Amino acid sequence: MKKVLLLLLAMMFSGQAFADEIFSTLFRFKGVAPMSNDLYNESCGECHYAYQAGLLPKVSWEKLMLVDELEDHFGEVADLDEEDRIELLNLLVDNAADTSFYKRSMKISRSIPDGVTLLRITEVPYIKRKHKPMTDKYVKNNPKVKSLINCNACHRQIDKGIFDDDTILIPNYGYWSELDDD
Amino acid sequence: MKKAMILAATLFLTPILAQADVIQERLDSYKAEGAGNFSAEAGKKMWTQVIPFEKKGEMMKDRSCATCHNAVPNTPGKHAKTGKVIAPMTLGSVSINRKGVEEQRFSTVKKVEKWFKRNCKWTYGRICTPQEKGDFLMFFKSL
Repeated sequence: MKKVLLLLLAMMFSGQAFADEIFSTLFRFKGVAPMSNDLYNESCGECHYAYQAGLLPKVSWEKLMLVDELEDHFGEVADLDEEDRIELLNLLVDNAADTSFYKRSMKISRSIPDGVTLLRITEVPYIKRKHKPMTDKYVKNNPKVKSLINCNACHRQIDKGIFDDDTILIPNYGYWSELDDD
Repeated sequence: MKKAMILAATLFLTPILAQADVIQERLDSYKAEGAGNFSAEAGKKMWTQVIPFEKKGEMMKDRSCATCHNAVPNTPGKHAKTGKVIAPMTLGSVSINRKGVEEQRFSTVKKVEKWFKRNCKWTYGRICTPQEKGDFLMFFKSL
């Protein structure tokens, strides 16, 4: 209780900018929920971008995090300590796209047909549709991007769970919102 | 602020202190598991040993440690599939983690064992013996 009061006091006396910052983080459910778990960011981010749980539904994470699946994780060995595996699985399931009320997570979840278990984020219909304009010159043949799996190559605010058009900066091309695509 | 500074200082200092201990602790532990004397030469030999690997859809046929690290891993390697830069295997090598904090190689037992397990499985299709792991560590020490 004392803590809450202190926080309220701090908010009252702090500048407008600070208050804005707090409110925009607290009440911004536009993108996907950011991931702040250290174990997650370390374990998964060691090899690839630590994709947010809200980018795939529960069933996908449940399958991806099976012991056998991790042994052959898209051709790589990605086994984890059992303790870590369970903790990460729970974290992913609790924050999965179909349990989130962030706008883009809900769109992701709605775009996947019932009974389908996708293992790749790039196969989510909503995400596929959104990336249609991303032709080879921007991605595959762009040495600084190479593949759609490197989300953070262009989505510069991805750590905050923000994917808005004006945050997309394609290496060697520039801001997506300012590009005249031919 | 003071807390953050102490934390930063600890993060910066501990790996340097801990690294030698971790390697020695591992070597002792491998011996306790039945390994004999360790040899950098044996580690080096196994490091460059090429294992035939065939699986449909795979981009490479043969695998060795050098596929992603280098044959002489004192320079950065590159992951064969993702292209991610891999820090050298030398004791002084550091990598920058996601938080922008420097992380020294061989600084925790958990990480050493995690990557031995994963990479031995990927390369040789099995886990490595305590003897082999000790030989590898001696090889890295000799770089």
